[in-house]
Amino acid sequence: MIANYGYQDGSGKYFVTIDTGKCEDCLGRWCVDACPQSLFLIEPDDYNNEVATIEISVRKKLKEKCVPCKPAGGHEALLCVEACRPGAVTHSW
Amino acid sequence: MITAGIDVGSKNIHVVILRDEELVGRWVVASGFEQAEAAWRALEGAAGDAGITVEDVDYTVGTGVGRKSVDFVDHRVTEIAADARGAYRLIPDARTVIDVGADEARAIRIDETGKVLDFAVNEKCAAGAGVFVEAMSRALEVSLQEFGEMSARSKESIPMNAQCTVFAESEVVSLIHNNVPKHDIAKACHDAMAGRVAAMARRAGLEEEKVVLGGGVALNMGFVKALQETLSIGEITVLPDPEFLGALGAAIIGAEKGAGTTAGLGKQPQGA
Amino acid sequence: MNMVEENKEFWRWSEKVWRDETMDWQGSESITAGIDVGSVSSQAVVMVDGKVYAYHSTRTGSSSPSSAHKALDGALEGSDLTLEDVHYVVGTGYGRVNVPFANRAITEISCHARGANFMAGPSIRTILDMGGQDCKVMRCDENGKVQNFIMNDKCAAGTGRGMEVIADALGVPIEDIGSRSFETDGRPPVVSNVCTVFAKSEATALLKAGWSVNNVLASYCAAMADRVAGLIERIGVEPEFFITGGIAKNEGVVNRVEGIIGVRAIPLDESTNLDPQIAGALGAAVFAQALLKKERKKATHQG
Repeated sequence: MIANYGYQDGSGKYFVTIDTGKCEDCLGRWCVDACPQSLFLIEPDDYNNEVATIEISVRKKLKEKCVPCKPAGGHEALLCVEACRPGAVTHSW
Repeated sequence: MITAGIDVGSKNIHVVILRDEELVGRWVVASGFEQAEAAWRALEGAAGDAGITVEDVDYTVGTGVGRKSVDFVDHRVTEIAADARGAYRLIPDARTVIDVGADEARAIRIDETGKVLDFAVNEKCAAGAGVFVEAMSRALEVSLQEFGEMSARSKESIPMNAQCTVFAESEVVSLIHNNVPKHDIAKACHDAMAGRVAAMARRAGLEEEKVVLGGGVALNMGFVKALQETLSIGEITVLPDPEFLGALGAAIIGAEKGAGTTAGLGKQPQGA
Repeated sequence: MNMVEENKEFWRWSEKVWRDETMDWQGSESITAGIDVGSVSSQAVVMVDGKVYAYHSTRTGSSSPSSAHKALDGALEGSDLTLEDVHYVVGTGYGRVNVPFANRAITEISCHARGANFMAGPSIRTILDMGGQDCKVMRCDENGKVQNFIMNDKCAAGTGRGMEVIADALGVPIEDIGSRSFETDGRPPVVSNVCTVFAKSEATALLKAGWSVNNVLASYCAAMADRVAGLIERIGVEPEFFITGGIAKNEGVVNRVEGIIGVRAIPLDESTNLDPQIAGALGAAVFAQALLKKERKKATHQG
């Protein structure tokens, strides 16, 4: 399942997308460990597969929370995107 | 030389008049539906405040979101340029300038010469601008002044779930019904706003530098305190007459550009 | 005064209860229930041997558990079926919900898609739900299993609440939005603001400048449809397309969304006696049915 977490508002679209199908065979918790804001967690989905998800209380604040990793924060590539070996994570901005 | 800076915002128009770079007059009027006409009235008001007439003004510079609708100005500059120049003139040590206005907020990083290095804007979303604070104070049924004071007194940190002005209003009502003390709700609102403004400042590349704050919301002590806490900075310098920052910067730019010219004022708009 | 109350309830699910009087639940093999506790309203659906027996929609109260009980009690009222007779309950809803008597909790996204699939048929592939406070789009397979979803519950623009604010500012009763947004002289003004707060000021300014209410309304319906279509296009639309939520009743937005994405929504067959607002609870009840079956199968194998 392609899960798009985040929102769109007057200033733009801010979604972190997780392809949970790629999480199902994932042995690492690389996304969880990589994110300096602790936005990721691993949880059983509705079909009892352990998949990555974005913490509920931050989904409406992604523009704010992801700032340290965006270009101004000094990163060239996004830490979560880079860390995920199955390539399940993408950002829309 | 007498210059005027006219900051045409969607809500208010601020005017600053400088005589030989000294502030001699300022005025504010509501923008209303006829911005050009309101801008002229604001200029007249500032002139009166300075003890001069509009004809005495040598050079005018317009800034603000509505600057293009005011055709009698000699020159126009962006809000970024105006804010940077104004802040740098007031505080030459300033390296991060944050301006939180009614409809828009911006953060500007400048170097030791006042040159703009980077900037970030919160626009098009009311939750990142002064209108959010106003709406929440209305929901709590207190004045803006009280709203800021109450918030500064609270010791609680209740996170707001809603990140939109419309939904936050309902959340405030619901918190009131759940008997959460009003000053704690006030702080929650200011913390939420500060979080968004701080994130914007970080997008412009904030470091542990001299941070100065302008714009109408800088007059809100609750917000200033919340922003200081969120940025983990000991102290943020609130600029004097913070809501006139853009107009001041525009007027200073006018003094630089207009030096030696006799550009004078363009035609007075019809109906003014 | 009564009329005004009803108008305000347009996006907010009003009390509704329905039961199939002809169904005799005694002697049935499986009785399951789905409970959906939302931020504004809560629904309960009771199924008997995989067929909908009763449902109830009510305002969400101060707590999740009390709302869950209220929803189910309302569905069962007047019948002699009680909670003890129900074999399996699935709870769902907005955020982390607490349905104390549920055997299992399942996300609202999964339940909504499953419910829409049950209600409108296995040909459904794309579902748009526009509620009072959120807007979500789901892509699913023929079994109603979600393959792709996107949700916006942060920004009021594109939700029922956002539309309500503009309609109030223009003085248009909500149920008239659709028809009036098409009674224009074809020259709607350009609106630049997405944000509901700024849009409201802009609307007032446009009226002052002489634009008619219908024209301004048309512009806002178009702007809203644009927002919603943008969300749909992020995950793509595949027919058949089905719409649930209060906005399903607003032709002013629905027609324009269909125009932008180029696909028409299929209507709900009225003979089912089902209401799109119960999609979440219905899906939960369907999940309950499947989980009960699985549990029983496991028990017989072990026994």
